[in-house]
Amino acid sequence: MNARRWRVVVITAVPVLALVLLLASGIGNDPRDVPSELVAGRAPSFSLPSLTGDETISSADLGGQAVVLNFWASWCVPCREEHGALDAAWDRYRERGVVVLGVNVEDARPDALEYVEEFGGSWPLVTDPGSRTSIAFGRFGVPETFVIAPDGTIVAKMVGAVTYEWLVDKIEGALRSEATS
Amino acid sequence: MKRAVALIAVAIAVAIGATIVAGRDDPGSGTVADRARDIAAGLRCPVCLNLSVADSPSRLAGEMRAAIASRVRSGETDEEIRAYFVDRYGEWILLEPTRRGLNLLPWALPVVALVAGLAVWLALVRRRPQRDDMAVSQSERRRIEHELRGLEEST
Repeated sequence: MNARRWRVVVITAVPVLALVLLLASGIGNDPRDVPSELVAGRAPSFSLPSLTGDETISSADLGGQAVVLNFWASWCVPCREEHGALDAAWDRYRERGVVVLGVNVEDARPDALEYVEEFGGSWPLVTDPGSRTSIAFGRFGVPETFVIAPDGTIVAKMVGAVTYEWLVDKIEGALRSEATS
Repeated sequence: MKRAVALIAVAIAVAIGATIVAGRDDPGSGTVADRARDIAAGLRCPVCLNLSVADSPSRLAGEMRAAIASRVRSGETDEEIRAYFVDRYGEWILLEPTRRGLNLLPWALPVVALVAGLAVWLALVRRRPQRDDMAVSQSERRRIEHELRGLEEST
């Protein structure tokens, strides 16, 4: 192959190869893995009616406590998968001032109450009228969980079912951040 | 030749100008419903695949539309409302990315490709051998005349 032909091959191949590499770099990406703008930022404030409708829980009420804010719905299958992990974390950390707060979304109240009766769990549960808190937290779906440090900073977010190990790791991180601040 | 280059340059300038004008945001005129719909049409529904907040039948999208309308009524500008959603969902929420930084690539690349193509074409045209270089040699001329004569005789 003469020099001119080589030059043509290189001039053609380089842009094509660059394009292929660019496209290939995205093949392994999970399209649902969307980075949250809110992690490391201040958690939005909220004031939400309890699922039973007899009280209101606000972010101000929880000031100074680490909070595991869990968006869930009775029709959501992964919510059932993570229920045991939330229960175990609540049992382990409630004495240390950590609050698990379940925010029921896009659900019918009777269905939500039936779910609680079936699966148990004694952590506080609230609803989100108008999805205002969902939108404020940039919620995509359910389940979705935010771990908030006692100073109000969001330290972690999980889209999909959480595991007990993930919760322990993030709650310990939230409590450590309080100790070092 | 010079006229062709000038025409292409004008076409590129017009294309760039049109892109810039198209990229300008509407200052926020229209009724509350119109503005809310325009904003919702530019936001991606978080719980659907490739549907705008305006088009999605999902409950969350419906509540986002209500939140947008409420913010329009409270006097926020279109840009402020879009920024509210970007702060929470990231630029992912915008169906059309903002035109700055690396996001400009999809708009800039066609223009760059056009200019590069024009440059390559000009380089090739300039390199093309002139008519004098293509003069037919005496022996070739004699052969052509001979073959032409043969053709005429055969017809």
